[in-house]
Amino acid sequence: MSAANETANGTVSAGGARTARYFIYAALVILALVYLLPLYVMLSTSLKSLDEIRGGDMLALPRDPSVAAWVRAWGEACIGVSCVGIKGYFWNSIKMVVPAVAISTLLGALNGYVLTKWRFPGHKLVFGMMLFACFIPFQAVLIPMARLLGTFGLSNSTAGLVLVHVIYGLGFTTLFFRNYYEAFPDELVKAAMIDGAGFFRIFWRILLPSSGPIIVVTVIYQFTNIWNDFLFGVSFSSGTSSPMTVALNNLVASSTGVKEYNVDMAAAVFAALPTLFVYVVAGRYFVRGLMAGAVKG
Amino acid sequence: MTTIEPVPVVEPQRQRSTFADGLRNALPKIVLAPSFAVILVFVYGFILWTVYLSFTTSRILPVYKWGGFDAYYRLWSQPNWYVAMQNLAIFGVLYIGICIALGLGIAILMDQRIRAEGVLRPIFLYPMALSFVVTGTAWKWFLNPGLGLENTMHNLGWTSFKFDWLVNPNMAIYTVVIAGVWQASGFVMAMFLAGLRGIDGEIIKAAQIDGASSVSIYRRIIIPLLRPVFLSAFIVLAHMAIKSYDLVIALTGGGPGNATELPSTFMYSYTFTRNQMAVGSASAVMMLMGITAIIVPYLYSELREKQS
Repeated sequence: MSAANETANGTVSAGGARTARYFIYAALVILALVYLLPLYVMLSTSLKSLDEIRGGDMLALPRDPSVAAWVRAWGEACIGVSCVGIKGYFWNSIKMVVPAVAISTLLGALNGYVLTKWRFPGHKLVFGMMLFACFIPFQAVLIPMARLLGTFGLSNSTAGLVLVHVIYGLGFTTLFFRNYYEAFPDELVKAAMIDGAGFFRIFWRILLPSSGPIIVVTVIYQFTNIWNDFLFGVSFSSGTSSPMTVALNNLVASSTGVKEYNVDMAAAVFAALPTLFVYVVAGRYFVRGLMAGAVKG
Repeated sequence: MTTIEPVPVVEPQRQRSTFADGLRNALPKIVLAPSFAVILVFVYGFILWTVYLSFTTSRILPVYKWGGFDAYYRLWSQPNWYVAMQNLAIFGVLYIGICIALGLGIAILMDQRIRAEGVLRPIFLYPMALSFVVTGTAWKWFLNPGLGLENTMHNLGWTSFKFDWLVNPNMAIYTVVIAGVWQASGFVMAMFLAGLRGIDGEIIKAAQIDGASSVSIYRRIIIPLLRPVFLSAFIVLAHMAIKSYDLVIALTGGGPGNATELPSTFMYSYTFTRNQMAVGSASAVMMLMGITAIIVPYLYSELREKQS
């Protein structure tokens, strides 16, 4: 479908085509640089000293790169009244993400399995209701959730955030597995049933072994979403129980003392690292998850 | 029930107790039930709870005293709410429009048998992996009026360059648009690129043989064929725009003043810091209605298409 380099009468004029191609490459390279710029500025600022930041240019490479700001952000920066850095919040996020991703993925797999291979009257309505749950603005459940977590003593706890993320991630994980298992041949499941295999045995022995790709997609999608969440974190946790994104915002928004831009940027890098790492390692699956979340049905 | 199968079953050992049979038949539903129950309670039940709260006189804490439409009257008489709605309109239109235009533009450029596609694609897409808080933090620094872009332009010799949008109440909402577009446009590009790759090459070839120029091939054939992608992109972006919260908080904090207030920030501050829980609930109900109006017809048509 590369039509741009051909002229109206269908023949290729070499000079014009070459100019057009130079133009395309130039446009793409400039755009790519623009997209990279904020990341570059974030990284280079985090490696500069405060004096260099104040006196120098944002775009300049660090004269004397140092990880001092990273060390400060990790272990010394003040968030609220405690000056122990972001490391505790980073671990809060890890402790929240790992169980939430595992539980919601497992439940999503089972739900998808039931909704495709053990259909019952009304399965479409059930799925539709779970699907709509993916898209609600969480503001519409925020107050009741805060009350509930308070009642059960789960506010300000990692367990509470895990619960919240499992619940509001279920729609997506179910969607992913349902669409994947939809394409899985029913004949294999029927054959196993005739052989006497039960519900869990079929799931465990037949569907799960071939679910590798969708598990990766779901885990990445959930990991990114939960790690990056801010609204639930800021609503249901405070102080030292906050996840990383909330701590980063508190650090950057705090107006006391000298504004340490390099430390802010280093903290932002820490908050970005896990998801960026996943993206670099498994970008293909990341995109597939986004697409599956966008194109439903 | 003890019904005897009229047709002999293949394996005779299936003559077990009816209880075990019943259990086995119900097992899939038992597995699905907890998830569905959780969704019913925590999504639909909680939505009803919020709707109910919006009809009460709740302030700092929920009270269940009926207040009629009072909270809605108060919501719609708040100048702040109009600022939020106006900002959502500006942000939504520009964010969706620019993301789609830029995403389609880059996708078309990328579709010209580009050699470095494998390098370029991840560069356009990586912002989508970042948290909105990270994006907001990075752009807040990048657009910092004293030390950021403005300073860089001055250093480059353009001393009259002025870029104070971040602290200028009239322009601050546009910084949210810029950061939002930076984050999401690569994803829209990937959607369009997937759409472009799915188009049947024969149609294009036929048009080329008929002597159509490449511009008119794109305008008359390819772009109309991408209609479903436009729809998907619109749905995804519109729903993200209404939900946008983290980005504004990290980038501008809703300010300067209330210049970048959005319904999401309005809801949060009225509920949790201004002790106007009923008004906050009413605004949440408004947001839900907005999203429902966009999502439900889309989901309905998607699910129905699958059936046929």
